[in-house]
Amino acid sequence: MKNIKFLFFGILFGIILYKAEVISWFRIQEMFRFQSFHMYGIIGSAIAVGMISILVIKKLKLKSIDGADITFVPKQFTKGTVIGGTLFGIGWALTGACPGPLFALVGAGYWSIGIALLSAVAGVYLYGALKNKLPH
Amino acid sequence: MLELLSQPWPWYVSGPLIGLMIPLLLIAGNKPFGVSSSLRHICAAALPKISDYFKYDWKSESWNLLFVFGISIGGLISATLLENQEAIAISSETKSDLNQLGITNFEGYVPEEIFGWEHLGQPSSLLLLIGGGLVIGFGTRYADGCTSGHSIMGISSLSWVSLVATICFFIGGLICTHFLLPLILA
Repeated sequence: MKNIKFLFFGILFGIILYKAEVISWFRIQEMFRFQSFHMYGIIGSAIAVGMISILVIKKLKLKSIDGADITFVPKQFTKGTVIGGTLFGIGWALTGACPGPLFALVGAGYWSIGIALLSAVAGVYLYGALKNKLPH
Repeated sequence: MLELLSQPWPWYVSGPLIGLMIPLLLIAGNKPFGVSSSLRHICAAALPKISDYFKYDWKSESWNLLFVFGISIGGLISATLLENQEAIAISSETKSDLNQLGITNFEGYVPEEIFGWEHLGQPSSLLLLIGGGLVIGFGTRYADGCTSGHSIMGISSLSWVSLVATICFFIGGLICTHFLLPLILA
């Protein structure tokens, strides 16, 4: 039950994604056509706030509320960063959504997006099944 | 207050709020902000036999499943209580570009002419939803992160790997928008 707070954080994040119009297929098209500042403003200011927050957490050696050290596990560079990243970008433009927005759209009643979400789960199974044969 | 909440939020409000998810999750339980790992946990919970990639203790990561379930509830709450009163102010250039692809209805968050129930029988609709979903799932796990894990969390923690991943997300998105979508929707 101590994890229940993460449900509430998720709800908060879902509301932000909806109100920010980040989950709009049209906004993603606008972004990939460089025809509006909206998405760039959101991503840029989110990174700025995130960066400052992490600097402060590291500088002050803050701990989490249960007293644990806050740790950062760096992601490793592989060929997948480039190949997988490019494939992901194609999917982002096709569906107009990345994983967070997929969940938000289904919740908001865009039921057909559920097909994309289930397909994304199938895509992860596919990756799992092929993982050892793929270049990394 | 409710009236304020019912308007779309400008980028300079919503962007920083998204950024604040990072310290919130770190302080609340040393959790890295990210969404796409949840897809792996769903696979691991449902059918772990498919690959060793799914044989791990997904229950220890159940916070992430609660988080994404919350995102769906957040979508539901917004759509019922906080629905935007005005249509999305999409730029006129985008509208005219999309008109040429046969999209004329700009209401809601997804183009009705592609993703509406009665249009799902079209090969192009199924290609966008199924093909798009597949490469999202496959790509995000191959790249070890999505827009939240790489572009927001990763770049915020000054990871060059995440910067490379984000550049590749954009390369893929640009190829798709300018070459694939015109082919598919023609």
